[in-house]
Amino acid sequence: MGIRFILMVNKQGQTRLAQYYEWLTLEERRALEGEIVRKCLARTEQQCSFVEHRNYKIVYRRYASLFFLVGVDNDENELAILEFIHLLVETMDRHFGNVCELDIMFHLEKAHFMLEEMVMNGCVVETSKSNILAPIQLMDKTS
Amino acid sequence: MKRLGRAVVMEIFCFLKQGLTPYEKKKYVWKMLYIYMLGYDVDFGHMEAVSLISAPKYPEKQVGYIVTSSLLNENHDFLRLAINTVRNDIIGRNETFQCLALTMVGNIGGREFAESLAADVQKLLISSSCRPLVRKKAALCLLRLYRKNPDVVNIDGWVDRMAQLLDERDIGVLTSSMSLLVALVSNNHEAYWSCLPKCVKVLERLARNQDIPQEYTYYGIPSPWLQVKAMRALQYFPTIEDPNCRRSLFEVLQRILMGTDVVKNVNKNNAAHAVLFEALALVMHLDAEKEMMSQCVALLGKFIAVREPNIRYLGLENMTRMLMVTDVQDSIKRHQAQIITSLKDPDISIRRRALDLLYGMCDISNAKDIVEELLQYLSTADFAMREELSLKAAILAEKFAPDLSWYVDVILQLIDKAGDFVSDDIWFRVVQFVTNNEDLQPYAAAKAREYLDKPAIHETMVKVSAYLLGEFSHLLARRPGCSPKEIFIIIHEKLPTVSTSTIPILLSTYAKILMHTQPPDPELQNQIWTIFNKYESCIDAEIQQRAVEYFALSRKGAAVMDILAEMPKFPERQSALIKKAEVAEVDSADQSAIKLRAQQQTSNALVVTDQHSANGPPPTVPAVGPLTLVKVPSTSGNAEHTSEGQALTQPNGTLTKIDPQTPSEDLLGDLLGPLAIEGPPGAAVQPQQNAVSEVGGVPSAVDGAAIVPVGEYSNSVQPIGNINERFYALCLKDSGVLYEDPYIQIGIKAEWRAQHGHLVLFLGNKNTSPLDSVQALVLPPAHLKMELSLVPETIPPRAQVQCPLEVLNLRPSRDVAVLDFSYKFGANMVNVKLRLPAVLNKFLQPISVSAEEFFPQWRSLSGPPLKLQEVVRGVRPLPLTEMANLFNSFRLMICPGLDPNPNNLVASTTFYSESTRAMLCLIRIETDPADRTQLRMTVASGDPMLTFELKEFMKEQLVSIPTAPHGPTAPPTPPVAQVAQPTSPVKALTDPGAMLAGLL
Repeated sequence: MGIRFILMVNKQGQTRLAQYYEWLTLEERRALEGEIVRKCLARTEQQCSFVEHRNYKIVYRRYASLFFLVGVDNDENELAILEFIHLLVETMDRHFGNVCELDIMFHLEKAHFMLEEMVMNGCVVETSKSNILAPIQLMDKTS
Repeated sequence: MKRLGRAVVMEIFCFLKQGLTPYEKKKYVWKMLYIYMLGYDVDFGHMEAVSLISAPKYPEKQVGYIVTSSLLNENHDFLRLAINTVRNDIIGRNETFQCLALTMVGNIGGREFAESLAADVQKLLISSSCRPLVRKKAALCLLRLYRKNPDVVNIDGWVDRMAQLLDERDIGVLTSSMSLLVALVSNNHEAYWSCLPKCVKVLERLARNQDIPQEYTYYGIPSPWLQVKAMRALQYFPTIEDPNCRRSLFEVLQRILMGTDVVKNVNKNNAAHAVLFEALALVMHLDAEKEMMSQCVALLGKFIAVREPNIRYLGLENMTRMLMVTDVQDSIKRHQAQIITSLKDPDISIRRRALDLLYGMCDISNAKDIVEELLQYLSTADFAMREELSLKAAILAEKFAPDLSWYVDVILQLIDKAGDFVSDDIWFRVVQFVTNNEDLQPYAAAKAREYLDKPAIHETMVKVSAYLLGEFSHLLARRPGCSPKEIFIIIHEKLPTVSTSTIPILLSTYAKILMHTQPPDPELQNQIWTIFNKYESCIDAEIQQRAVEYFALSRKGAAVMDILAEMPKFPERQSALIKKAEVAEVDSADQSAIKLRAQQQTSNALVVTDQHSANGPPPTVPAVGPLTLVKVPSTSGNAEHTSEGQALTQPNGTLTKIDPQTPSEDLLGDLLGPLAIEGPPGAAVQPQQNAVSEVGGVPSAVDGAAIVPVGEYSNSVQPIGNINERFYALCLKDSGVLYEDPYIQIGIKAEWRAQHGHLVLFLGNKNTSPLDSVQALVLPPAHLKMELSLVPETIPPRAQVQCPLEVLNLRPSRDVAVLDFSYKFGANMVNVKLRLPAVLNKFLQPISVSAEEFFPQWRSLSGPPLKLQEVVRGVRPLPLTEMANLFNSFRLMICPGLDPNPNNLVASTTFYSESTRAMLCLIRIETDPADRTQLRMTVASGDPMLTFELKEFMKEQLVSIPTAPHGPTAPPTPPVAQVAQPTSPVKALTDPGAMLAGLL
């Protein structure tokens, strides 16, 4: 099925965005996020971007104070996901102009809109930045 | 905000209930999502979120859809309320509404949605009037609905449309259609053949960068995600037959393999390598030309040595997948040193991959190196990996052990270094191995003893060493520091440190040590009894039961020796560890073709290697010789009580009941279940003919005339259990298993009346298919008349056939009858020659003789040939009571009190045959308390032949009892027969025995 969840977590381990593509109860989510964050945040720059956890593989990337963690199936193409994270960041950059943690915190809905355009049901839908941003721009214009 | 209490949240939602402006409503619903994201339970406001879906304006609708799909799952009741609105949005004219609705259904739509919306979604997907932004979402929405209910996609009608979809120009629509295709072909690749060339076309288009909008080019690479997806889809088709299609695909792949260079820009590099790794996977899947494969291996070899950790990780991962491809293992082995270096990488993810790869590439040739590397690494490995590491090392050691002592070394080291992470299965397995391999026992016991000297050892080590020493420490008795007492002391030192699960094992060990201490050491006995006493009131039922039982048993002395005897062998079977590893490898729902192949291959590999591990007990095993009393295989729960009036040969079923030695239910199952008919373990079929040596393993003492020479036979079927052991067991009892292999079990039940014997052979087919060409031929020795009733040629599946066999004893002889048995299973022709337990002692009837009857008889039979005397040397040192039991089990009745010398035994019995009729036999054994390895035996009867045969028979029994052959020190000296010449004048002239001696 591909992508199971996408998390954005800051250096302190606080979740800034969480999007799941499979149903987990709140308890399970809390536990999972805690475990993953502990594992990934402890890693250094010299280590690889993949962490195996339970039956997921976590592909993660760090941008300044923000970690992007994507949980995928074990046989997903890791590098493709790694670059997909970068695509997401670039898309946010284009919209916010050098995106930072606060942008995502205060414009949570926009981050969600973008994700919504890019991933559906765990599969990549769209990789063209302008197509991704089109609905948001449309909305900004009307409001 | 983070600390926002539940109360505050509730307050917010009180506002929600009062009429809010749409803007406020929207704002609060987002806040709700935010709170939920922070991990607070939001079980209110769902209705508000769902109700926003039906709002007329886009912003509210959007919030409604997005928040609903985040908060609710597909089974939520509120979702049903929205189903109509959603449908209206999907079939409506507003494209943006369509997108929102499709996205939500695509994310959380359930079965109900699948049934009511699938048709509409399909229509949107193939509609030419729809814009790509709607169609790409329709594709993934359909994928969701298809997963919920595969029937929504009608294969016949859909194949062509799917193929059409792949002609699409828009990359967005192609990307999502490709995901849909992957799901469809993973379930049914045959139906979607027509899509294969289209995938190749898409790939070509991307590879050549034809007609790819700038927007979809990522750092100069045309949509790497679509390339990856297309190659993934191709991996679900088993092969590509169309030569043109194949050629163009290989061109593309070749270009990717050759044309991917390392570039400075990280993102470009990653994206290019994402495509490259997928291409590698596809090449492996297609099992391409040799040249291309070696290219792949070379590339991977390069990758595992680069500095960039991501590439190194993926190199190792893909090399592990590569192991499934035939013919490349050797080239992978060339990288072994590099892989071992990766095992020490600072990154756990990479170490994991390296471990997996090492595990996968291990075979007999490199097992020693790899396992030793793993062991070395174990002491520094982080905790997260130790369990996996130790399990894998244990499995490899078992699968590929060049010799078994190495296996024992590895496991003990493993326990020593990572006791916490060694599951019980691992040490159970080593116990099984040691129990089944006599050669290994002294070594394992000595090793266990060594580890006990360490100052602090892990509890698992205490368990395994206590168990091994309890069973086999008597094999070490002559080594320094290994006397029963010393062993007891060193084990007992550990008692205060162990948990309740280990205490029962220690108690069993004490009981066994006590049993093996002959002659009994009163001090040790008292110590151990004190311990048993102490635990008699233990709150733990298991401990208490053992303490009480062992105490009672050990007070009975040697009479109950065989209850505490060594454990019988475990039946060979698949290692629990390997099973465990298999379970761990079972994967989640969606499996790629490579994974599936990988699993098939591993399971094949396991079958092959299992045969190897089943080979474990090497053919040399029976060199130890047959076992008479001590090791009675607990095969017959229904054994008849044969020894009249004596509690000696207890029904063997009790052995397992009384002796709770087994550390787990699993092992207990083994003990209880050897008779159970079960399917043939694949492992038991062996190419070698090692059953031969089992027959050859008869000890020299019994050899010679006593045994009808049994020719070598070359069977491909390995018997279960030791044929000799089974035979000797049956000499002592009247029912049990004579022979067993994976296909058949031959049981025997006998009744003896004077010179007549009535035996029944039970031929049980263990399989679900019939056994053909069954033939049984009895080859009786000259002194026996035997008649076997007709044996059917075919034994139906899972049936048991009974064949009565009548025996008449003509005259005394020790020769043995042989059953020549053969059958055919499939292509296997199996032929075995089995000795039948119609032996001399079966025609004996114990008789009690009083002193008044005995002495006149004894005197009247004066001198040879009716009375023979012999000094037998090399006798296994047995305490007198035990020897008395041995005689009783041969139906020679010990008459206590006849001989005033307590070191002597007098026995009487009646022998029946046609020629002799009932014939009284009298036996006297004089033992020397100073040297129990020799004794003087006098046998008297009214028939010279009987006297001779009986004397020889007893001599065999006294000498052939398994004794020191375990230890390297004292091989049993063959008995020197000196007729009627006492070695030293019996200096007992003064003792009361002299009175009897004078009569001789």
